[in-house]
Amino acid sequence: MGASQTRSEHKYQDLMDKTGFSVEQIKNLHKRFEQLSGNEETISRENLENIPALANNPIRRQIIGAFFDKRNQHQNEVGSFEEIGFEQFLMVMSHFRPPTLKTTEEERETMRKEKLRFLFNMHDTDNDGTITLEEYRKAVEELLSKSGAIGQEGAKAIADAAMLEVASTNVPHMAPDDFYEGITFEHFEQILKGLEMESRMHIRFLDVDTTTMRCGRSTS
Amino acid sequence: PWLLVLLILLCWSVTDTKRVNETWGNPARATQDDPHHQTNSTGHKKAFPVLSFHYEEVKKPLEISLWILLALLMKLGFHIIPRVSNVVPESCLLIFVGLLVGGIIKAIGGEAPGLDAKLFFYYLLPPIILDAGYFLPIRPFTENLGTILVFAVVGTLWNAFFIGGMMYGVLDLLSCLLFGSIISAVDPVAVLAVFEEIHINELLHILVFGESLLNDAVTVVLYHLFKEFAHAGTVTVADAFLGVVCFFVVSLGGIMVGAIYGILGAFTSRFTAHTRVIEPLFVFLYSYMAYLSAEVFHLSGIMSLIACGVVMRPYVEANISHKSYTTIKYFLKMWSSVSETLIFIFLGVSTVAGPHAWNWTFVIVTVILCLVSRVLGVIGLTYIINKFRIVKLTKKDQFIVAYGGLRGAIAFSLGFLLTDSDMKNLFLTAIITVIFFTVFVQGMTIRPLVELLAVKKKKESKGSINEEIHTQFLDHLLTGIEDICGHYGHHHWKDKLNRFNKAYVKRWLIRGERSTEPQLISFYNKMEMKQAMMLVESGSAAKLPTIVSSVSMQNIQTKGPARRRAIPSISKSREEEIRKILRANLQKTRQRLRSYSRHDLLIDPFEDVSEVRFRKQRVEMERRMSHYLTVPAKSQETPPVRKVCFESEHQIYTYDDSESPRGSAQASRPHPSSPDAVSLLDESPQRPSQRGALRTRGDAEVRAKAPDDKEEQDQLKLSRCLSDPGPKKDEEEDGSFLS
Repeated sequence: MGASQTRSEHKYQDLMDKTGFSVEQIKNLHKRFEQLSGNEETISRENLENIPALANNPIRRQIIGAFFDKRNQHQNEVGSFEEIGFEQFLMVMSHFRPPTLKTTEEERETMRKEKLRFLFNMHDTDNDGTITLEEYRKAVEELLSKSGAIGQEGAKAIADAAMLEVASTNVPHMAPDDFYEGITFEHFEQILKGLEMESRMHIRFLDVDTTTMRCGRSTS
Repeated sequence: PWLLVLLILLCWSVTDTKRVNETWGNPARATQDDPHHQTNSTGHKKAFPVLSFHYEEVKKPLEISLWILLALLMKLGFHIIPRVSNVVPESCLLIFVGLLVGGIIKAIGGEAPGLDAKLFFYYLLPPIILDAGYFLPIRPFTENLGTILVFAVVGTLWNAFFIGGMMYGVLDLLSCLLFGSIISAVDPVAVLAVFEEIHINELLHILVFGESLLNDAVTVVLYHLFKEFAHAGTVTVADAFLGVVCFFVVSLGGIMVGAIYGILGAFTSRFTAHTRVIEPLFVFLYSYMAYLSAEVFHLSGIMSLIACGVVMRPYVEANISHKSYTTIKYFLKMWSSVSETLIFIFLGVSTVAGPHAWNWTFVIVTVILCLVSRVLGVIGLTYIINKFRIVKLTKKDQFIVAYGGLRGAIAFSLGFLLTDSDMKNLFLTAIITVIFFTVFVQGMTIRPLVELLAVKKKKESKGSINEEIHTQFLDHLLTGIEDICGHYGHHHWKDKLNRFNKAYVKRWLIRGERSTEPQLISFYNKMEMKQAMMLVESGSAAKLPTIVSSVSMQNIQTKGPARRRAIPSISKSREEEIRKILRANLQKTRQRLRSYSRHDLLIDPFEDVSEVRFRKQRVEMERRMSHYLTVPAKSQETPPVRKVCFESEHQIYTYDDSESPRGSAQASRPHPSSPDAVSLLDESPQRPSQRGALRTRGDAEVRAKAPDDKEEQDQLKLSRCLSDPGPKKDEEEDGSFLS
C-alpha cells in the first residue's frame, strides 16, 4: 500500500508541480481521461463532442476548442492540437482551480490573470491579440445560439453595445476618425475587473473518488 | 429645536387622549343620557352644534397616524443632522427616541402603549420581510445556501441549547431552554438596519442576512416546543423526535406555501395587461396571504414570505409594466422603512413602559452567554463548513459574522407572547438588555471595526453589459467543464433548473413573446431602458449631462475593404471647411435642441417594455440610417450616457429622389458635427418637416408591427434611402465612407 502510494506520487509529482492539483485529484481526473479516451493515450475532439451532457451547451464548440488550443498550455506556442494527452488535459483543467486560504494576494492576481487569459483566448479565435468586433459578435451569437430567433436578432445589438462600452471605458476620447481595433488583453482585464474572476471561475475538483466508492479502503 | 417641540406636542396629544378617554368617558356617557332624557321628556330641541368635538370616533386612526408621523419626523430629523447619523446607526437613535417618548408619556402620567405582539407580527414585520425577500440577490444566496443553512439551523440550535443549558442553575431546565430559544435567533430587522449602513461585501452580507431569515423556522419550532413543555414539565424522547419532524414540516411547509402563492401571483400577473393600475396590489396581497396562511398552521411565516417573493419575482417582472415595477419597489421600501422605524421606537417605549424585574446576575449572565455562544458557534461551524466550501471563510469573515449576530424585536415580541408569570418579566428584562446591548454596542462599533479590519466593501456596480455577457458565458463554461470532468456539481444542477424553467415554467407564467426571451436580452433591454430614463430625467432638467466619452459606433465599426464611393471624394481642405462650419452651427442649434428635448421627451413613452423596445429600435434604425444619409441624424432619444455621437460629416452621399430635394449634400445645410466630446445632436431646424414626415411614417408603420418585424422594416427603409440599390444585409453597417 505504502509502496504503491509513493510510486503513484512520483509519477504524478511533476504534474502536481506544474498544475497544482493534489494526487487524489490527479488520479480522479486520470480516470475520467481514460473514460473519455476509451483507454487510449490521447483524446481527440470527437471524444469530447460525444459527451451527451455537452449537447445542450450553447458554447460547446468554444469549450472543446479551448482544450485543443496551444495557447492554454502556457508554453508560448500558438495553433491547435489534433489530439491531446493527459498532461495537456490537466493543464487546461488547472485553469479552474479555486484559490485556497493560503493563496497570497499576488498569487491571486496571477490566478486572475491566468483565468482571464483563458477566457480571452476563447474569444480571440484568430490569435492576433485582440478581440475584434466580429469575434465578439460571434461570441455573443454563440452564447445566444440556443435561444432561437430572438437570440440572433439581439446578439448583434448586444455585441455592439458591449464593444462600445469597452471602448468608452478604456479609451474615452476618440476622435471620430479613430478606429478602435479591438479589445486588447489589458482592456479585457479592465472591463472584467469587477467580476473577481479568481473567486468565480472555478469548479470543485473531487478529492474523493465518486465513481467507485469502496468502503474500508483508505484514500489519503 | 422645532422637532423637539413637535415631539412634545405629539406625546402630549397621545397621553392626553388616554387621559381624556378615562375622564371623558363618563361625562360623555352622562351627557348622552341627558339629551335622551330631555328629548324624551320635553321634546325640545337643543341648539344645533356648529362646532363640536368628536374625539372618540376618530381616536384610533388619529393615534396611529400620529405615531407614524412621529416616527417619520424623527427619521427625517436624523438625516438633517449628518454628524450624529454618521457615528450612531439609525436604529440606536430611534430606540433612544422611543425611550424619550416613553419617558415623557410616563412623566405626564399617561400609560404608554407597549409593543403589541399581534401588531408586530401581523402588521409591522411582513413589509420588512417582503422587502428583503423580493429583492434578495438570488445568485449569492443560492451559491452560499449550504453555509447559510448550516449557520441558521445548527447555529441557532447550538445557541439555544448552550444558553439554556448554562442557565440551568438559575431556573428549571425547560424554562431556561425556552428562554434560550427566544434569545438565540439573529434578528433580520436589526441586521438589516445595521448592515445597510456599513456596505460590506456581498458575501458577508448575504451570510448574516440569510441566516437571520432562515433561522425563523428553527425559532418557531423551538419556541412552540418549549412553550408546550414548560407547562407539561417533562420531555420524552418521542417529544424530541416529534420536534425534529415538526422542524421539517414547519420549514418545508412554509416554503411550499410561499411557492404556491408565488406561482399564483405570477400566473395572475400574466393577465394584467389591461389593468395595470392594480398590478402592484397583486404582488402585495399574494405575499401577505402567503404569510398569513403560513401563520394559520404555525408554519414559518417568514420563510413562506421569502419563498413567495423569490418565486414570484422573475415572472412578475417580465409581465408587469415599468411603472408597476417602480411602484412595487417604492411601496415596499416605504412600508419597510416605516415599519422598521416604528419597531425601534416602540421598542424604546416598551422599555420604559413594561414591567421590569431586574435581576443583575440573570441579565449579565445572559449577555455574556449570548456573546460567547455566538462566537463559539461561528468558529466551530466555520471550521466544519470550510471543509466543504471552495472559497473559504477567513478569520475576518468569521469575526464579522459573529459580530453581526444582532438580536432585535422578534425576540422581544416572542417574550411578550409568553403567558404571564413572574419569569416573564425576568425574561423580558433580560431580552431587552441583550437587544440594547447588541444594537447599541455592536451596532455602533461595527462600522469602525469594519474600517479597522479593512473588510472588503460592496462594489458599486453599474450594470455593465460586458459583465453580464461574461457572467452568462462563465455559467455555460463552468457547466461544460463540469460535464467534461464527469461529476454533477453545482453548475450542472443550476443549468438543469434553468432549462426546465425555460422550457416549461416560463411558458405558463410569462405573457407573450417575453416567455422565450433569453436572460441576456432581458438584461440588455433593462439597461437600455435605464439609460433612456436617465435621458428623460436629464432632458427635462434642461442640462446636458457631462459626457465622458466621445467614442461612437463609427469608431468600432470595421471599415470594410470594399469601400463603395457614391460620389467623388471631397478634398481634405474642403472637408475641414465643412467641419468648421458644422461645429459653429452646432452651438447655435444646441439651444434649439434643448427645447426640443424638453417637449419631446416629456411625453412619457415608458408605459410598456415593448413600447420602450419599439422606441429603442426605432432610434437604432434611425441611427443606422444616419450613417448613410446626410439628413441630420435624429438623435434625441439617444441617451448621452451611451456615449454615442453622430457624425455624418464624412458620410456624404447623394441619394434617391425618393427622399425630398436633397441633392448632394453640402455644407449649405447645418450639419451635426462631432466636436470632441458631445453626445446629443439635434435635428437641423430647417428640416423638421421632412424629418417629421419620415418619423411619423416610421411611427405608423413601426407601431403596427410586432417587434420581430422590425428588422424587416429597417431593411426596407434603408434600401429606399441608399443611393446604391439595396445594400447587402451584412454590409449595412459598414458605411461606405468618404474620408
